[in-house]
Amino acid sequence: MSDSNNNTIYGINGPVVTVRGATTLRMMEMVYVGNAHLVGEVIGLDAEKTTIQVYEETTGLKPGEPVISTGAPMSVTLGPGIIRSIFDGIERPLNTLEEVSGAFIGRGSSVPALDPEREWEVTMLVKPGDQLAGGAIYAQCPETPLITHKLMVPPALSGEVVSVKPNGKYRLEDEIVVLRDQNGQEHGLTLCQRWPIRTPRPVKNRLPAQRPLVTGQRVIDTLFPIAKGGAAAIPGGFGTGKTMTQHQLAKWCDADIIIYVGCGERGNEMTQALTEFGELVDPKSGRPLTDRTVLIANTSNMPVAAREASIYTGITLAEYYRDMGYHTALMADSTSRWAEALREISGRLEEMPADEGFPAYLPSRLSEFYERTGYMETLSGEEGSITVIGAVSPQGSDFSEPVTQNTKRFTRCFWALDKSLAYARHYPAINWNDSYSEYINDLSPWYEANVGKDFMAFREELCSILLEENRLMEIVKLIGADVLPDDQKLIIEIARVIRVGFLQQNAFHAEDTYVPLEKQLRMMEVILCLYHKCQEIVARQVPISKILQTGLFDKLVKMKYDIPNDQLELFDSYQSEIDQILSKI
Amino acid sequence: MILEHIGLKEINGSLVVLDGVDGASNEEMVELHLDDGSVRAGRIVKIDGKRVVIQVFEGTRGVSMVNTRTRLSGHPMELPLSPEILGRVFDGLGRPIDGLGEVYPTCRRDVNGAPINPVSRIYPRDYINTGISSIDALATLIRGQKLPIFSGSGMKHNELAVQIVQQASIKDNSEFAIVFAAMGVKNDVAEYFRRSFENANVMSRVVMFLNLSNDPIIERILTPRCALTAAEYLAFDLGMHILVILTDMTSYAEALREFSSSKGEIPGRKGFPGYLYSDLASLYERAGIVKGKSGSVTQIPILTMPNDDITHPIPDLTGYITEGQIVLDRELDTRGVYPPVSVLPSLSRLMKDGIGAGYTREDHSMLSNQLFASYAKVQDAKALASVIGEDELSAADKQLMEFGRVFEQKFINQGYLENRTIEQTLDLGWELLSMLPREQLDRVDEEMLDKHYRG
Repeated sequence: MSDSNNNTIYGINGPVVTVRGATTLRMMEMVYVGNAHLVGEVIGLDAEKTTIQVYEETTGLKPGEPVISTGAPMSVTLGPGIIRSIFDGIERPLNTLEEVSGAFIGRGSSVPALDPEREWEVTMLVKPGDQLAGGAIYAQCPETPLITHKLMVPPALSGEVVSVKPNGKYRLEDEIVVLRDQNGQEHGLTLCQRWPIRTPRPVKNRLPAQRPLVTGQRVIDTLFPIAKGGAAAIPGGFGTGKTMTQHQLAKWCDADIIIYVGCGERGNEMTQALTEFGELVDPKSGRPLTDRTVLIANTSNMPVAAREASIYTGITLAEYYRDMGYHTALMADSTSRWAEALREISGRLEEMPADEGFPAYLPSRLSEFYERTGYMETLSGEEGSITVIGAVSPQGSDFSEPVTQNTKRFTRCFWALDKSLAYARHYPAINWNDSYSEYINDLSPWYEANVGKDFMAFREELCSILLEENRLMEIVKLIGADVLPDDQKLIIEIARVIRVGFLQQNAFHAEDTYVPLEKQLRMMEVILCLYHKCQEIVARQVPISKILQTGLFDKLVKMKYDIPNDQLELFDSYQSEIDQILSKI
Repeated sequence: MILEHIGLKEINGSLVVLDGVDGASNEEMVELHLDDGSVRAGRIVKIDGKRVVIQVFEGTRGVSMVNTRTRLSGHPMELPLSPEILGRVFDGLGRPIDGLGEVYPTCRRDVNGAPINPVSRIYPRDYINTGISSIDALATLIRGQKLPIFSGSGMKHNELAVQIVQQASIKDNSEFAIVFAAMGVKNDVAEYFRRSFENANVMSRVVMFLNLSNDPIIERILTPRCALTAAEYLAFDLGMHILVILTDMTSYAEALREFSSSKGEIPGRKGFPGYLYSDLASLYERAGIVKGKSGSVTQIPILTMPNDDITHPIPDLTGYITEGQIVLDRELDTRGVYPPVSVLPSLSRLMKDGIGAGYTREDHSMLSNQLFASYAKVQDAKALASVIGEDELSAADKQLMEFGRVFEQKFINQGYLENRTIEQTLDLGWELLSMLPREQLDRVDEEMLDKHYRG
């Protein structure tokens, strides 16, 4: 594609390769390095040398081997076949790689991202003479039973349709529509397009985020909800359940498409996600979860530069499906590994480090990434969203480190995982005192209109009880619980019901793993009903031990298991039982 | 054609610089022939045109700028392998040091290995019974897992590792072997392991790679890579179940830091290089089970936390990569509890899918959750007792304190040779829980309580 094929390797330092002298290579251009054709990207240019980061191991490279230009920035192929796939950080399908190089990933394996031979049942949506703008949908095909893939005109292109093929089976590279632009030039449109991963795909408008991403996790949906199009951070030390929480969200949240990016994490975890998502059935559609999932796996031992790219690959795929009018959710586990990849490459470039060795541009990279989320009106006039949930692995569980602090600035939801909760096996170990969600006010109208008008009022009361308990526990830690007056003991008891019976949720329990919003509302209602009744009784100077003897508190703790998700009428009997028993005291 | 380069351009710590080299490849092995006739091995770590930086494993003491002849080998560091490596002892670079002569290789492998494709992995589920209650019940070891022991200087991590080896693998005599890599440990520690393997009659199934504390530091960087290459060969070529013991990862990371700073790299936390995470991952991630192969690689890395600090970069980054950790506790150790496993921070991530009906027993998961939850409450009671004195505690808290004491003395504490079956361990757990009032057991459902609760 370029005449600069006389570029040769001059220096090698880990994943960074330099080419001496002025070259015609462009900034951020994708290149093939060496005789083995390793994938690389140009990350620095000056008069003396060109710096390239290589996405594969550089062992065995020699000075003098060629560097081949591709003329295009690092891009991904977008088209039908993405869903159900598992890719590495630069969109190479791992299943195909396995066929090529076996169980261990070899180097320089160049495989197409999407299967070029597979035929898709395409339905045309335009006719000759139609005027199409960028982003307009010209055809569609069923990708999985859940997802209809819509083929869109590349954003930069527009014009008049010259010819259209009939409906039928087509392969990825087949030309199905010809478009003539304003300059009279004709462009063939196929089933796929390329897009550079570091450039956000354009949209028409950014809309306010007013609908929640329903996750079925009580502590999230009720206490710290996230909006569709929002961004959340899950920071937590090792063993606090970041990956578990991410998996739960990927399984149960009500997005149309899930992109799960395993960025520098464990290989066995990706294997687990792969098998589990295949076995689990989506409660809404009755189809396996893989029918709406894309996995990107760049495990910690895979090349570090590709780890840096994997986050961008993921969000580009998410944007592509958003443009079709889908609600997508991207789980990035973990963004700290991505930041560390930045640091590692920055160190190789001998850049001046800022905080803890991280490059000074860390905050701007993080904000660029999180700003690609949002609830949008797409170019074709549909509504779609990208929600990002990024795990953060703070070094030494210290939330003041740069990645956590900077992520906090660009996300509006913060689910802080807590070591002591995890030690007590209280999962999800989201600490209710440190976490927050800024979406509460945006989402209140939706909850009140669609779940119950008391939802937000209940939520507030729950929060104030937990806050009060936190204050009381400070005293208890100093002098013990026995000396508290009964009304304060009641708060501690009811807070225990909230903590163990409501906030704690068992991901391995068939009923408890996903809880619909209605049940969350009814659970809060019953807990608060008990609280109010007991307050009246305590006010009458009845000792609290008498109330505790009724066993009502323990019964409520276990109601999450005892009441199935589809028999919410059982809550009525709980309420009448509370009335009955307490009226006898 | 073998080219020799005479003379060196520069010597800096363990690094030497050569100029005017053609055809050097990244990570290639080189030999340095000194003027006294000795030979040292080295590896190319950086290339700038014809200027090549070589890391010399045995150090640069006695190397002269003028008379050193350097020879390029043309290939990266490779380990000669054959089924005969079983029972042999090698140095940190994979050269035999037991006086039994060279290994006649059936193949040679790049010690850096290659990442396992996540789609080719099999998710580990086979549980390994170690006979140690605190591990079996609360942080179950799974075949194909990497489960490190976080210890501190002077604690009984070596004894624990030996007990795991003796009780876990020996039952499965047919297809198992141990790969032992010592990095910067003392001679007597290596000797202790060797003697223990002999006592257990497994020496013919052990491959040892020894880089002791007085051996060249730079070799230490390659020691675990050699060991894991041997382990992968035995597991995936010969179909054996391999238990790899890596001790001490702290010395390894310190060697890496030394090497990094001599290369003039920008340091990250506590002077460790920014790529420490990726580097450790390239070792730990070599554990696992692969589709279509009958063997497995299970890793038990041992590391001593500097100053018992779990937030130090070495344990911290290790914990982010490995599938859980077994943390040893100084206080329990001083009180004579063996193994001094600190229950609350210990964890096995693969445990949830390897226990329960069909693997261990149906009540296992609930029991362990309840033990964790109750023991966590014991800590709260202890904290309170240290302020107001134990006598002032409420009756419920006193009960918890008593439970905590018995739990430590009976459940965690066991003998060096005591091998408990999983039933014994689980029953013991229920016996202890029965000391607490039934309504406090909120992690267990009624059915299990009816079956096992005896309070």
